[in-house]
Amino acid sequence: MTRYLALRVGQAVLVLWAAFTAGFVLLQLLPGDSILIKFQNPELGLSPDQIAEIRRLYGSDAPAIVRYVHTLLGFLHGDFGYSIDTGTPVLDRLAEGLPATAKLATLGFLVAVLIAVTIAFVSSYSRFAWIRGALLALPSLFVSVPTFWLGIVLIQVFSFQLKLVPVIGGTGFEQLILPVLTLAVPISAPLAQVLARSLDQVQAQPFVAVVAAKGASQRWILWRHVARNALLPTLTIAGVTFGELIAGSVVTETVFGRNGIGRLTEQAVAVQDTPVMLAIVVLSATVFVLVNLVVDLLYPVLDPRLAAKVGVTA
Amino acid sequence: MSLLEVRDLTVAYRTGNQVHQAVSGISFTVEPGEVVAVVGESGSGKSTTAHAIIGLLPGNGSVDSGQILLGGTDIAGWSSKRLESVRGAQIGLIPQDPTSSLNPVKTIGAQIGETLRIHKRGDRRTIARQVIELLTRVGLSDPEMRARQYPHELSGGMRQRVLIAGAIALRPRLIIADEPTSALDVTVQRRILDLIDDLRREFGTAVLLVTHDLGVAADRSDRLVVMRNGQVEEQGTTRAVLAGPQADYTRKLLQDAPSLTPRRFRDARPPAHTPAADEQPSAITVRDLVKEYRIGRKPFRAVDGVSFEVRRGTTHALVGESGSGKTTTARMIVRFATPTSGSVTIDGTDVARLRGEALRRFRRRVQLVYQNPAGSLDPRESVGDIVAEPLRNFRLADRAGRSKRVRELLDRVALPQAAYDRRPRELSGGQRQRVAIARALAVDPEVIVLDEAVSALDVTVQAQILDLLDGLQRDLGLTYLFISHDLAVVRQISDTVSVMRKGRIVETGTTQQVFHAPQHAYTGELLAAVPGAGAEQAA
Repeated sequence: MTRYLALRVGQAVLVLWAAFTAGFVLLQLLPGDSILIKFQNPELGLSPDQIAEIRRLYGSDAPAIVRYVHTLLGFLHGDFGYSIDTGTPVLDRLAEGLPATAKLATLGFLVAVLIAVTIAFVSSYSRFAWIRGALLALPSLFVSVPTFWLGIVLIQVFSFQLKLVPVIGGTGFEQLILPVLTLAVPISAPLAQVLARSLDQVQAQPFVAVVAAKGASQRWILWRHVARNALLPTLTIAGVTFGELIAGSVVTETVFGRNGIGRLTEQAVAVQDTPVMLAIVVLSATVFVLVNLVVDLLYPVLDPRLAAKVGVTA
Repeated sequence: MSLLEVRDLTVAYRTGNQVHQAVSGISFTVEPGEVVAVVGESGSGKSTTAHAIIGLLPGNGSVDSGQILLGGTDIAGWSSKRLESVRGAQIGLIPQDPTSSLNPVKTIGAQIGETLRIHKRGDRRTIARQVIELLTRVGLSDPEMRARQYPHELSGGMRQRVLIAGAIALRPRLIIADEPTSALDVTVQRRILDLIDDLRREFGTAVLLVTHDLGVAADRSDRLVVMRNGQVEEQGTTRAVLAGPQADYTRKLLQDAPSLTPRRFRDARPPAHTPAADEQPSAITVRDLVKEYRIGRKPFRAVDGVSFEVRRGTTHALVGESGSGKTTTARMIVRFATPTSGSVTIDGTDVARLRGEALRRFRRRVQLVYQNPAGSLDPRESVGDIVAEPLRNFRLADRAGRSKRVRELLDRVALPQAAYDRRPRELSGGQRQRVAIARALAVDPEVIVLDEAVSALDVTVQAQILDLLDGLQRDLGLTYLFISHDLAVVRQISDTVSVMRKGRIVETGTTQQVFHAPQHAYTGELLAAVPGAGAEQAA
């Protein structure tokens, strides 16, 4: 077990390093120099010497490899450098946006799970073929809906038409409803699809017939046997989908005017704020890696066959 | 009053607008404490009958008419909800495949105790105690530990014991055993059937034994119900049916069942040990073959010093139970696996040394036919394309030439020419296996390795395929390596036999020697476990 854990953590660190390096290289390859873009603006009226001084302060005049090592060491110490746009530490800007995004992402994920579970279970256990067909068509619809469009439509319908949720103001909770829905809908699609299919597959397993032959009710079979077995493939997809939350939050936060990591990303990209972008890449990678690490560690808990493989004694 | 009386039962499956009647108006009875065997080939409706009785038909199946009287009460029309009190308590089920019939994420103890919990018999502690008693009763050692283990930690035979424990927990009056041993090795099969027999005697439980294996039915049942195409062809006491079958179909079944009607050993060919034959190099020579796997830190020898020779134009059988290393040996012979040490020589070529293009060309000379024809044929290709594929790969003919060759091959394996454009799913199991054989023949191989090639087929189809293989060998001078767990089949197809156990060959000889005068105790045990042996003597 310790070996398995060490291996998985080692892999996670490797992935993070690779994400950092790839992010760094790609941002270096971007045409234009973000510092020059900002400070060569004639309105600022800075002399070339002053600009050179600023570049020196940001360290962007050094050779790429020196900057790479310097930035990497900084990241290892929790120092992400300074935002070119605002001049404040990147860490502060992240800390500002993180709580809002974390709340949005977590709630979005939970709602997505709720939608997915409802669709999958109701479709698997409905007695009418048409309900099943209709419900199973939903995920394809959900995944095809563009987030920005869905956000706008939700605002139109619920805020302007039905006036259920205020557009501006309102309590924190009210402000969260629509963004969370917008984020949750596309993410629920793959979850619902995989879960519905796993439920069907597990239902068809001979052991389910054996349990039924013992006199178990449908509910007994579902909750005590089918659900846990169907959870495994869904968990894998959930881990992968979690990454989509970050991408989804960019659009959602922009549409709903919320300050968070997504909004920060959008702003940083607009002004080519490389240090902020790099920090966001690494942050996203960290979240992704952590979630999948947790998923990997959960497998053996849920499935004793995997526990045997990783050396946990049951 | 009979314990179970099935009257004019009709069961149909609906797919879209199509209605397929799987069981058409069958009637039979099961008396308390007796074993009634329902036998028939796949598609005969025997499993459907069993599932209808316990009310576990798949969603698109339904009982259309007839009665199922359990102790005089008709339960045919009962809802699934109402049947819950009958299932487990009055009727127990022993399923076919022990591997997939236990929930992989629950402990053995939980799954046995479940029957008691569902029917609310006792609190946690009494249930736990009963689970241990049940585990002991079905002959599992160290029951306390077993109860805490998961299914994957147990062998197939042990899992089947666990399933039996779950089925007998409430001492039902009737147990439906649906092919309870067809997934098990013969020696394990015998022990499991003995256990069911013991329990039946002890509890006075009646058993409805559904099986395709006439040998098992002959050994274990009081009465036989022979089914075909959803109807009862014949029923009566087992002894009477075996001694004087009335229906033509029953007669044919009995004839084709290798365990009940042992055919003559095949004539040794070419004549053994003439100087000419001895000088001829062997088609396959295997020397000290070893395959070692590493599981964790300790190496595991799947094949441990196997040696044998197969003369050209003869059939050599590798017999053994699961895990004996016979399939691994076969895979090394066709070079799908690389030996850890030892050598395989096929017509003078050292197989283990082959690489790249030489290895590819070697594949022309050795072909493989697998157990499951449904899995080894691409479902999206037509039969014509499947059989022509090896010709395309080796660039043996142009388009017109390939088509001609494929049609010849279809004739060769007695498939209708109309099969050319069909897909595998439109063919029966036996026809599919003929396609697989035709594909193997396409490149004119010298050696064909048949890995459990007839094990998945019904007896009558099995007999036809064995005849086909025999004819092909005569006409084309093929050499067969026949991998099988089924001694009754091996007896009729092979010239020489090697019996494998735990990666080693325990006995080699001509088929007659091995079957009539086994030298090794294990061979004797295997032979004794073949079902139908008892009936042969009785008849």
